[in-house]
Amino acid sequence: MDELDGAIVNALQDGIAIAERPFAAPAARLGTSEAEVIARLERLLSEGVLSRFGPMYDAEKLGGALCLCAMTVPAEHFERVAEQVNGFSEVAHNYEREHALNMWFVLATETPGQIDRTIAAIEQRTGLSVLRLPKLEEYYVGLKLEVQSLEETT
Amino acid sequence: MVTAAGAGLKTLERELVGAIQAGLPLAPRPYAEIADRLGVDEPTVRARVRDLLEAGVIKRLGVVVRHHELGFVSNAMVVWDVPDDRVEAIGRALGEAEGVTLCYRRPRRPPHWPYNLFCMIHGRERESVRAHIEALRAQTPGLRDVAHAVLFSGRRFKQCGARYGEPGLARASVEGHDHG
Repeated sequence: MDELDGAIVNALQDGIAIAERPFAAPAARLGTSEAEVIARLERLLSEGVLSRFGPMYDAEKLGGALCLCAMTVPAEHFERVAEQVNGFSEVAHNYEREHALNMWFVLATETPGQIDRTIAAIEQRTGLSVLRLPKLEEYYVGLKLEVQSLEETT
Repeated sequence: MVTAAGAGLKTLERELVGAIQAGLPLAPRPYAEIADRLGVDEPTVRARVRDLLEAGVIKRLGVVVRHHELGFVSNAMVVWDVPDDRVEAIGRALGEAEGVTLCYRRPRRPPHWPYNLFCMIHGRERESVRAHIEALRAQTPGLRDVAHAVLFSGRRFKQCGARYGEPGLARASVEGHDHG
């Protein structure tokens, strides 16, 4: 990633104005061309730095639900359980974390009722119990990770 | 596919939600391409996308990053056991603190899990993330003396995105650094 890549990622994380040619104004602000912004976004997507360019939906407003879940998985079974859990399409992401509760994943389902059904299915498939930690209150959601701030924190 | 069941959206808005969930076309006139696909005109597509943004169905329209690939390889879930009558004030203060990428209240699950306040801190290395957490404890009223734990992430087994399976609500509504 070069400086212009970083500037594009920073500028477009906040959101892009809805316009007939949405890339034209950010390109002008960054001192480059619309075609260059589009080409770089394509490259950053293909490199996997960006997962997509598009909408971030509010799952609940679409009738869906999210739930953070945690499991205590014996070390010798970790790989198998990770494979079993990730096999569910409702699992959005899954991280190993350093704690007795060592597997943390987020479920995203199209209806609230599917959360319980999915958890029951995961428990049955893995033979382990799942701790539900749904969000009760949201105090802050920062949607942006500044590329520049990497330099500042080191 | 996102079906938007029960969300009270009109037919065109539902089609639009599905049409752009995997991303906008990377083209000079992306809304014109979507309009062609849906058989409507371009200004209508833009107007409906604007409606979805105003209604909060779309929280944001822009690039979605993979934080790990951007170099934020050290991510810590920091959890706190805060008195229930103070959790709102402390949560808001913590959420406003520099470097906190999200802050939620969640239920305690005794005996396994005594913590009711969650936040995430992302950085390039553990040492700086730890120093940041110590600074938060020192500066945020109410956090200095409460029990807390720092759960650094180890392996990442799955992060929603084009590489994994079918696009769906999971992919379209969870940020890589978000925790629902």
